[in-house]
Amino acid sequence: MIDGVIALYIFMLAAFTGYEVISRVPVILHTPLMSGSNFIHGIVLVGAMVALATADSTLVRVIGVIGVFLAAGNAVGGYVATERMLQMFVAAGKKKGKT
Amino acid sequence: MDYAHSAQELVQLSYLAAAFLFIVGLKRMSSPLTAVSGIRWAGVGMVLATIVTLLYVGLGDNPNVRLNVALIVGAIAAGGVLAWVSGKRVAMTDMPQMIALYNGMGGGAAAAISAVVLYGGTEQSVTHLTIAAVGGFIGSVSFSGSLIAFGKLQGLITKSVRFSGQKLVNLAILLATIGFGIAVVSGYSDGPLAVSLFFGFALLLGIAMTLPIGGADMPVVISLYNALTGLAVGFEGFVLDNAAMIIAGTVVGAAGTLLTQLMAKAMNRSLANVLFANFGESSGGGASTVTGSQKPIEASDAGVMLAFSQKVIVVPGYGMAVAQAQHKVWELCQLLIEHGVQVKFAIHPVAGRMPGHMNVLLAEAGVPYELIADLDEINAEFDTADVALIIGANDVVNPDARTNKASPIYGMPILAADKAKNVIVIKRGQGQGFSGIDNALFVLDNTRMLYGDAQSAVGQLIQAVKAAG
Repeated sequence: MIDGVIALYIFMLAAFTGYEVISRVPVILHTPLMSGSNFIHGIVLVGAMVALATADSTLVRVIGVIGVFLAAGNAVGGYVATERMLQMFVAAGKKKGKT
Repeated sequence: MDYAHSAQELVQLSYLAAAFLFIVGLKRMSSPLTAVSGIRWAGVGMVLATIVTLLYVGLGDNPNVRLNVALIVGAIAAGGVLAWVSGKRVAMTDMPQMIALYNGMGGGAAAAISAVVLYGGTEQSVTHLTIAAVGGFIGSVSFSGSLIAFGKLQGLITKSVRFSGQKLVNLAILLATIGFGIAVVSGYSDGPLAVSLFFGFALLLGIAMTLPIGGADMPVVISLYNALTGLAVGFEGFVLDNAAMIIAGTVVGAAGTLLTQLMAKAMNRSLANVLFANFGESSGGGASTVTGSQKPIEASDAGVMLAFSQKVIVVPGYGMAVAQAQHKVWELCQLLIEHGVQVKFAIHPVAGRMPGHMNVLLAEAGVPYELIADLDEINAEFDTADVALIIGANDVVNPDARTNKASPIYGMPILAADKAKNVIVIKRGQGQGFSGIDNALFVLDNTRMLYGDAQSAVGQLIQAVKAAG
């Protein structure tokens, strides 16, 4: 479906995008940001789902279940961790507004 | 056929939307004001992609589709609930190792996709198999390496395993992995045994690479594995023809690489240095040049000193994070502010366990932004400070980094705490810090040491300041 050269274009543009988006981030957000990007590669979940869906042997099925389990942990854990951290910045910002 | 085709197109469109939401989300995460909305946008993208994918695979014509979909739902529920509960419960100070853990899971998932492709023996082109194998290799290293990083930060693994010839052993493991990888991809030996050995050696490499790395370098390593997982996801996305995975994985790979470089630079370390040399090895010669003795101070005296200062600059470090003393520290500072003392926090870029981690902890304690200054802003101000209060920080205030060319941290940008009129250092004991380097600041004439765990020492200071009236 995705032609080889087209895939390379996607790679290239996505790489520039990632580099540019991050380069403007202040240091205080580096840890939440690492956590946020950690969440985003949780999209591996959809790949793991597709891989498990096509399973037709026990071995592949077991690996697929492990994959989906791990990917779901990546996505959900990454989201919870990032949101909790960022929520604190909101709280600190509001206190600042009051004083 | 038409129906299947349009369903396929709908899936692709939802992936496009997800990729868009991820990038917008990352962008919004780059400012404190929009950051929370950023992660939510990205979250919407993830939920959209997951639901559409589930519906799509549920409509497949594989005879096992019911069983497989049931397994998918079960595995998502199990992994999701575990991660949700652990992520909600963990203390903020332990966040870095949780990031390592979740990241490792992503790497493991990418490796699992690769394993399905390689074990499955489906008729794929050599190009596809190669990309699958490379992604599987990177994902496996990231998986086992991240778990070791988690173990180290969690305190489950306390030793850094080092032995002579370690690099040669690691090289041998790497070559074995590549050898089996080539055998599998070329079809020379594509039985399950070769595939298993390929993954086994890749996992071993992640463990062997990470074990010798010391705790101080862990943030850089976690960031690197984060980038690697992104890359692995991107590669597996190509294998599965999945544009959302290619885009999201590559964006994270590029962003993570930049973030890793920024962190290594702030620590005055090159990435190669972190991975292939150890702090202990390089520090032997220059470490013993610090002479003089540390001069202790009682909490009551330190409290008086603080209470009658005009200006105090607080330098929090790893020790404050470990002792979870951020709330106490802010309580002390509020007390000082009531006394008319001007208080500022000086944050070194790599203070704490990760860049920005200290800001997260101070934000948790409720410290307002405007009291927090970074390295460049604050360094000119130490001259005017009566007291620099160092709480569990060490290398980031070591003046040797400026003056002693033999020191392993020579050249690292540091906070000029030694320029303050008085320095009070809260430290657990007389030993060396994380990196095992002696600190010239601790023996200066104007430095006083307050020994104790950051939590209890700051508690004593609070009492002392109250007593000072």
